[in-house]
Amino acid sequence: MGAQPLMRIENLVKHFHVRLGAFGERAATVHALDDVNFEILEGETLSLVGESGCGKSTTGFTLLNLHKATGGKVIYQGRNIVELDEKAMRPYRRQLQIVFQDPYSTLNPRMTIGEAVGEPILFHKLATKAELPQKISELLADVGLPPRFASRYPHELSGGQRQRVAIARALACQPKFIVCDEAISALDVSVQAQIINLLLDLQQKYGLTYLFIAHDLAVVRHISDRVGVMYLGRLAELATREELFEHPLHPYTKALLSAVPEADPAHERSRKRQILQGDVPSPLSPPSGCRFHTRCPIAMEVCGKVVPEWREARPGHMVACHAVTEGLPG
Amino acid sequence: MMANDIRPEASRERLLDVKGLTIEIETRRGPATIVDGIDLHVDKGETLGIVGESGCGKSLTMLSLMRLLPNKIRVTQGEANFAGRDLQKMSNSDLRKVRGGEVGFIFQDPMTSLNPVMRIGQQLAEPLIYHRGMSKAEARNRAGELLKLVGIPGAVERLDAYPHELSGGMRQRVMIAIGLACNPQLLIADEPTTALDVTIQAQIVDLVKELRDKLGMSVVWITHDLALIAGLVDRINVLYAGTVVEDAPVDALFANPRHPYTQGLLASIPKLSDQRTTRLSSIGGTPPEPGRRPKGCPFAPRCPLVEQICHERVPSLEGTGKAGAHRVACFVAQRKLEAA
Repeated sequence: MGAQPLMRIENLVKHFHVRLGAFGERAATVHALDDVNFEILEGETLSLVGESGCGKSTTGFTLLNLHKATGGKVIYQGRNIVELDEKAMRPYRRQLQIVFQDPYSTLNPRMTIGEAVGEPILFHKLATKAELPQKISELLADVGLPPRFASRYPHELSGGQRQRVAIARALACQPKFIVCDEAISALDVSVQAQIINLLLDLQQKYGLTYLFIAHDLAVVRHISDRVGVMYLGRLAELATREELFEHPLHPYTKALLSAVPEADPAHERSRKRQILQGDVPSPLSPPSGCRFHTRCPIAMEVCGKVVPEWREARPGHMVACHAVTEGLPG
Repeated sequence: MMANDIRPEASRERLLDVKGLTIEIETRRGPATIVDGIDLHVDKGETLGIVGESGCGKSLTMLSLMRLLPNKIRVTQGEANFAGRDLQKMSNSDLRKVRGGEVGFIFQDPMTSLNPVMRIGQQLAEPLIYHRGMSKAEARNRAGELLKLVGIPGAVERLDAYPHELSGGMRQRVMIAIGLACNPQLLIADEPTTALDVTIQAQIVDLVKELRDKLGMSVVWITHDLALIAGLVDRINVLYAGTVVEDAPVDALFANPRHPYTQGLLASIPKLSDQRTTRLSSIGGTPPEPGRRPKGCPFAPRCPLVEQICHERVPSLEGTGKAGAHRVACFVAQRKLEAA
């Protein structure tokens, strides 16, 4: 690949301050993201996986400056975009788009599909009013919908068609980068495959970069160039798809992969799953040291005390685990 | 049709036998068929997987058996025999004894299925007191045992917890415990892991498998995820637009899917060996809406193998293979098998 970084995320932190108790008398902090470091390369699909509440969606929101970061930097085109205010952010907004899980609630039910797709074009002055109908037809064609859909309303469309519209709306801005936040999770298998193919086609056609947030590892394995595994607000491991799926290093990644069912009855019946005990601890008071140590099958004494360093275990293969680090030469 | 279904284990006893079940929804344009004359059965000790996409009628079929259909949706035809009795003809009070007693349910979303203002222990005790006539103290004891059975740590202390104090995976375990409370002969699990993370999903699948073997009950597992149930079920029924399009033992279905819809479903699951650039095969179009069902085979408008006859007549579920255990509702597949 040898691609240039499109975005560099440095020590990104996001804490949410919440109030607990029946009358909100107790203040608490949700450690949604702590000290997250990675790069997104131009033209790649980088996926983030992990259990719910691990901070994968928060990462997507925070690096688009939709949540204000508590600390750290997101460097895009030489600027730290998380410190920009809304107005200074506007030129970047056009280039950085997001597609959500639920196209039912992201499309305005009172706007026709044409209006929904046309709105960002007019806002960013990417076409004149006269050119607009033509532009809308082209965008709908890009996502595999006939031009007559422009006059329809969201409720007349199926879930898969609505997700196509949401993608067309993101494309309307001529973006460089799209965060797909569980964008295919709500769709049926056969429709999901259509949308995955569509995303791959559009990436080739427009040279898009994706941050793909998903919990379905089979899908992630299919579409990603690189995959990052998150646990309780921290990155546990990040590597190319082949490395991560064939040579996972972090015990959490191994457990996650062993939980994925395969469409093969004989294999499924005989397989020995390494099942994680218990649930993810609360991000209100994450465990000390390595956050995974409370569920880790190979936890050592040091794991409960010291946060493992985020380091390169193999070329391009990042991991944060004391056990892996100790096994390393040097 | 049924005559072909002579299974090798002829001694197997039917626990549930549904014939010609038809369910309609009341719409502004009049009644529309959602489930179209479904035949299905579950043997004693058997685990059946019912697979299909949203709106195919998989949940409604099972809900209808227990008279749990929402308003404006009703059964218009068909019979359902459970352990020798017709569920459709049973009085409401008799059915109430079956529901939650001989037949246990686990639903998809434990947050909405559990009562938020009732302690876990009370919710578990309720069916025991109602169906088993236990005293409050006995029921509480048994409730503690049930929580232990489904692997909830600190089971007895958890009896006094409210649902919101538990995680999603724990709540689903409580749902399973309620479903199992009265030692049901049949457990119906309706997408019980859909809202859960893969790691928790794997825990729940393994738990149901273990409990099934321990308690010797039959299970119907409804899902849209073929891979999930591959290692769990004995037999799979694939539903499309309110009809069973294929009925086969699990190994035969994965190794040799015969209906073009099943083939499409299996092909659209991403595989380990795929290259990143491989296009997933997908099924074009979307399932028909209720009230707009095509005249012939419901899959015909999306089918890659469609022929003239498919638009004209509805194929019936015919047995193929040695003992007729692999059944498919497709003119093209049936002809191919006859020729072979």
